[in-house]
Amino acid sequence: MALHQPNPFAWWLRKVLVRWLVRPLVWIVLGPSRVGAGLPETGPAVIVANHNSHLDTVMMLSLLTRSGLKRLRPVAAADYFLRNRILAWFSLNIVGIIPIQRAGSSDPLADCREALEKGWILLFFPEGTRGEPEQRTRFKSGIGRLMQHFVNVPVVPVLLHGLGKSLPKGERVFVPFRSQIAVGQAMTFNQKGETLTQALEQELDSLTAQLYLPQWD
Amino acid sequence: MLFKLWTPGIWHLVLGIGALLVVSTLVVTVLQKWKPQWNLREVALRIYAWWIMAFVFVLAVGAPLWAALTFVCFVSFVALREYISLIPTRKADRFALLMAFIAVPLQYFWVWRQWYGMFIIFIPVHAFLFIHLKMVLEGETKGFLQAASSIQWGLMITVFSLSHMAYFMVLPQNEPMVGRSLLLFLVFLTQINDVAQFCFGKAFGKTPILPKVSPKKTVEGFLGGVLTTVSLAYFLAPGLTPFQPLQAIAAGLIISVGGFFGDVTMSAVKRDLGIKDASNLIPGHGGILDRIDSLTYTAPFLFHFTRYLYF
Repeated sequence: MALHQPNPFAWWLRKVLVRWLVRPLVWIVLGPSRVGAGLPETGPAVIVANHNSHLDTVMMLSLLTRSGLKRLRPVAAADYFLRNRILAWFSLNIVGIIPIQRAGSSDPLADCREALEKGWILLFFPEGTRGEPEQRTRFKSGIGRLMQHFVNVPVVPVLLHGLGKSLPKGERVFVPFRSQIAVGQAMTFNQKGETLTQALEQELDSLTAQLYLPQWD
Repeated sequence: MLFKLWTPGIWHLVLGIGALLVVSTLVVTVLQKWKPQWNLREVALRIYAWWIMAFVFVLAVGAPLWAALTFVCFVSFVALREYISLIPTRKADRFALLMAFIAVPLQYFWVWRQWYGMFIIFIPVHAFLFIHLKMVLEGETKGFLQAASSIQWGLMITVFSLSHMAYFMVLPQNEPMVGRSLLLFLVFLTQINDVAQFCFGKAFGKTPILPKVSPKKTVEGFLGGVLTTVSLAYFLAPGLTPFQPLQAIAAGLIISVGGFFGDVTMSAVKRDLGIKDASNLIPGHGGILDRIDSLTYTAPFLFHFTRYLYF
């Protein structure tokens, strides 16, 4: 499957929706507080974040600047987001996802490589699933394998907290919690894919240690 | 907009607030130039935030009732959200927490309908009983008492107490601005009391007043706050309130002592949780809880003082 190019009208609609609907709503309901470095504004670049909620993508869309938003493509599971035609159209054209096959594909990252070659900014959740609320699991190796082809492309680690409390996996009830976002220093691939994955996890660990995160169980 | 209804008393106070902000901004800007080693960046940030907060608040006081109520309701919502996000919570209580959030607009709806009976019992009776009932039906008993009490505490502080500010505006009144003048009187004196306690503490503070809760608060700062607030209350009361001179002094005392209690209560919560500021929402000030902490005591105190005497 070749990389999907969103149509220009949908891309304009996405910009309008994010700026006039999503961002004000996120600001009023979730009250994001953000610390740390800046987010990428030009591509190619990769944003790597922990994943606990559908709101993670919504939050990243509303945090980016105009030029960053224009280039952002969240990497998401094909089996989940393409499961019916309406959801598929919305996911591909408005959210702008790059669908990947979680199982049974010989080269699931082909579209991601093509997107980086074309200068998009990828939003990557290396845990591969939302998982348990506010619990971070080990990163899968995909991000390392992807970045060994792009040794100079910056990878920005982002820690998201609170969204998994507001809307965890499998829940329909939304509860307002303040969300905290910590942006780490951009890093690049260094020789072995494994090291990059570890470095990203360590950066998220140290970002976690800097925030006050109340008990949640 | 209701600006054309503003009484001279309101105009004088608003102009006074403006003058205070202009003077403090000038002083801090000059001092930053002359004495860069004093490191006044934090103070400057705080003053800029005061500009915005004063502007928004004065705008709300001059707005139609529905808009003014929505504003106070939003402050309650943000404060409750900040509180809920700070304390330990349980996954099983997600729906109960949502109920707590639903109680916020309801509480302000009772205010809007001038339904005093409901306004005064809704949080302590209905919200209290039903939220706990939901938590029991959820079936998670581990940590139940802790969770149930801390949710109710947050509702009392951020919704019940703060909504007394809003009820000033709907007290039965012959002149349209009576309640709003009282609200201005309350909020201005509560905030100026905070500032005065801070300044007197910085200048003369030696004797700690509650060292285990808030090591920086001093007897000197507290007394300076009382002195400032009581004298301002005495001079502002004729233009803004129905208070006689002795009542004005009592109101000043209520606000300065109550403001101190509210402040140290929030300090105790933050110390318990091991944090300094509730969040970084307002530059230089911390979170919204750090800014409204004094009001959680002064609003109900002054409200019932006024209601008992005049309404």
